[in-house]
Amino acid sequence: MDLATLKNAPAPDAGRPSDDATVAVSIRNLAKSFGAGDQKVYALRDIDWDIYQGQMSMIIGPSGCGKTTLLSVIAGILDADHGTVDIFGEHVNRMSDAARTRFRARNIGFVFQQYNLLPALSAAENAAIPLVIAGWEKKKAVAKASSVLEGLGMGKKLRSLPNTLSGGQQQRVAIARALVHEPRLLVCDEPTAALDHDTGLSVMQLMRKAALRPDRAVVVVTHDNRVFHFGDRMARMDDGRIVEIIDQTKGSIAHD
Amino acid sequence: MNWIALKMLTGDKPKFFGIVMGLTFAALLITQQGSIFCGLMCRTAGQVTDITGADLWVMDPNVRFVDDVKPMIENNLYRVRSVPGVKWAVPLYKGNGRVKLTPEIRELEKIEPEDSQGRELPPVYRRKIDEYGNPARAKVIEQVILLGLDDATLVGAPPPERIEAGRVEDLRKPDAVMIDYTRLRKLFPGEEWSLEETHRKTASELTPEQRTRFELAYGRIPTDPDGKVNFYSLFLARELEMNDHRAVIVAICEATRTFQSNPVVYTTFSRAKQFIPRERKMLSYILVKIAEEDQHPGTLLDRFIGRIGLPSWLDPKTDALIRSESPGAFIANEIGGWGSERRPETARVTKAILDRTGLKARTRQEFMWDTIGYYLKYTGIPINFGITAALGFLVGTAIAGQTFYNFTLENLKQFGALKAMGATNLRIVGMILLQACVVGLLGYGLGVGLAAWFGLSAGKSELAFYTPWELLPMSGFAIVLICVLASLLCIRRVVVLEPAIVFRG
Repeated sequence: MDLATLKNAPAPDAGRPSDDATVAVSIRNLAKSFGAGDQKVYALRDIDWDIYQGQMSMIIGPSGCGKTTLLSVIAGILDADHGTVDIFGEHVNRMSDAARTRFRARNIGFVFQQYNLLPALSAAENAAIPLVIAGWEKKKAVAKASSVLEGLGMGKKLRSLPNTLSGGQQQRVAIARALVHEPRLLVCDEPTAALDHDTGLSVMQLMRKAALRPDRAVVVVTHDNRVFHFGDRMARMDDGRIVEIIDQTKGSIAHD
Repeated sequence: MNWIALKMLTGDKPKFFGIVMGLTFAALLITQQGSIFCGLMCRTAGQVTDITGADLWVMDPNVRFVDDVKPMIENNLYRVRSVPGVKWAVPLYKGNGRVKLTPEIRELEKIEPEDSQGRELPPVYRRKIDEYGNPARAKVIEQVILLGLDDATLVGAPPPERIEAGRVEDLRKPDAVMIDYTRLRKLFPGEEWSLEETHRKTASELTPEQRTRFELAYGRIPTDPDGKVNFYSLFLARELEMNDHRAVIVAICEATRTFQSNPVVYTTFSRAKQFIPRERKMLSYILVKIAEEDQHPGTLLDRFIGRIGLPSWLDPKTDALIRSESPGAFIANEIGGWGSERRPETARVTKAILDRTGLKARTRQEFMWDTIGYYLKYTGIPINFGITAALGFLVGTAIAGQTFYNFTLENLKQFGALKAMGATNLRIVGMILLQACVVGLLGYGLGVGLAAWFGLSAGKSELAFYTPWELLPMSGFAIVLICVLASLLCIRRVVVLEPAIVFRG
């Protein structure tokens, strides 16, 4: 499925945000390089992009184009060379490390490609980790995580260890972990890459259903074209630049 | 976060046990080898610590350790007695003697007969008989350490708590000697040594087989007036031959095993001279008591203890207390360091003895450390044990450190995820330190516990095993060091870890 086809594809649900949606993340003139001297390679260049609340924004493109690097900078776990990243009005890349860590703990939820669940913890305990980091007592944190997991259809697997769960179930636990502390920004790195087609679709449906709220923005990095149609807006990257922004409700905007 | 750290640690059981076992092994090796080393060192000075009641040991100035006896003329005893500040001075002979004895073999053979149809009948015991049809006999010539105590006072004899059979006072009887029980087996092979374990048991605790053995070998079960079996009393009144002189055993005592593990034979000074081939100089040491004893804090404490009784925490049977002159002196030495070593009159009398007689005077503590120091310096023992303990430390570090480091490396991505989710470096470092503390404590506890079990199992066997309390913090420090080294490597990796690692597939 190419992008031209995609933009005309029907949305999976009718809950599209309105045009006056609030900007959640504002990226201006962003650049990021790795290495130094002759070895210096630009992973991101001249990135300008707005991510809106109430929308699922996707970053797509070929391997090595800088998708994950951009997501890392947006999530505040990687420093940019220059440019600004404002999340809900706060200049994340000008914060101290400690302030940024606190900001992440409060405002950002993560879904990883390999789930990164702690193998020794049960599903409920894994999902409770962000609350524990925020200083909750274990008992209360696990209770809240259990209710979130039940909402995601994992009520019978609360005490299961990750190695006894299927890939789709593990990703549900990861989604519960990302949502349990009710973050305002959810960043997802290739959430369907390790899943089969049907499971991938159901995970994306679940994510739209459970994660998308008017006061929350969701950013998904993916190269899985089977799930492109779940995104409201897509930034197509190539060679470290955003070459096209596609608003699936309106059409494509040439970026350069 | 602490519970997460602990679950991460115990979740991978093989690795968890690997780390704990590595640390256990290190703690065990360090504590056990250290204890054997301390045990050996204590044995070297056992003769010094066993002799109580005197403040000073006076000797030839060239003596370096207790076995390095350089005999003096007996006139020196009277010269020392004339030194101001000396309350009393008594002679002590210490030398090597030879004991000859022809013990009867009393060992019993167990025969398990069968009837004509091959069925087992009750076992029968009979004396071992030699090829000529006589009870077997063996000749024994054994090297012993001979201690000759002052005839009048018997200063230097073991205290009553260490007498297993007979009476010290009987040393004043003709030809009397007292022998330590730890090496009796060497002097009397062929006895029913399996019955030694019955010592101090009540007669009702004996098994029928033990009763049979007693009856067949000795014709009786030896018991004290309190009804307890006294195995060692079987050796009282037995005769030995020393330097063509008859010697009669009148008492059996406990003595600290010596480094060479030779039996210790006590007798009087004058009789010791008969038991040893004649030499011109026979005075090995002079034991001296310093006057002005009333000034000693230990004496004051003794008066106090006399009124209120011995404190409940002070076991009257502990070796340390037995070796002290009195409970008061023990407490004063332990708590205040007010032993005779620190008393000003000790230094004064020591100097006076040197000035007036040319002889060297050492306190018991000083002489003990002189002896230990000699063995440390000239035998290479500490190097060998040090190498073993160092190997234990290195192997422990290698096993535990490497496993712990690998454990952290394998969890690096999980730590990265925690950092991405907002866990600070400080909290993650805290998690790693907690994990290190837990495995360290477990390993240390198990290692020291196993070493203690080893020591208890060794009991009164040949093995020299003594664990001073100082050894426990030392091995604890070694384990802490291993954990810190392992943790530092892990912490460094985690602190420099970029949380972005979690986004790399």
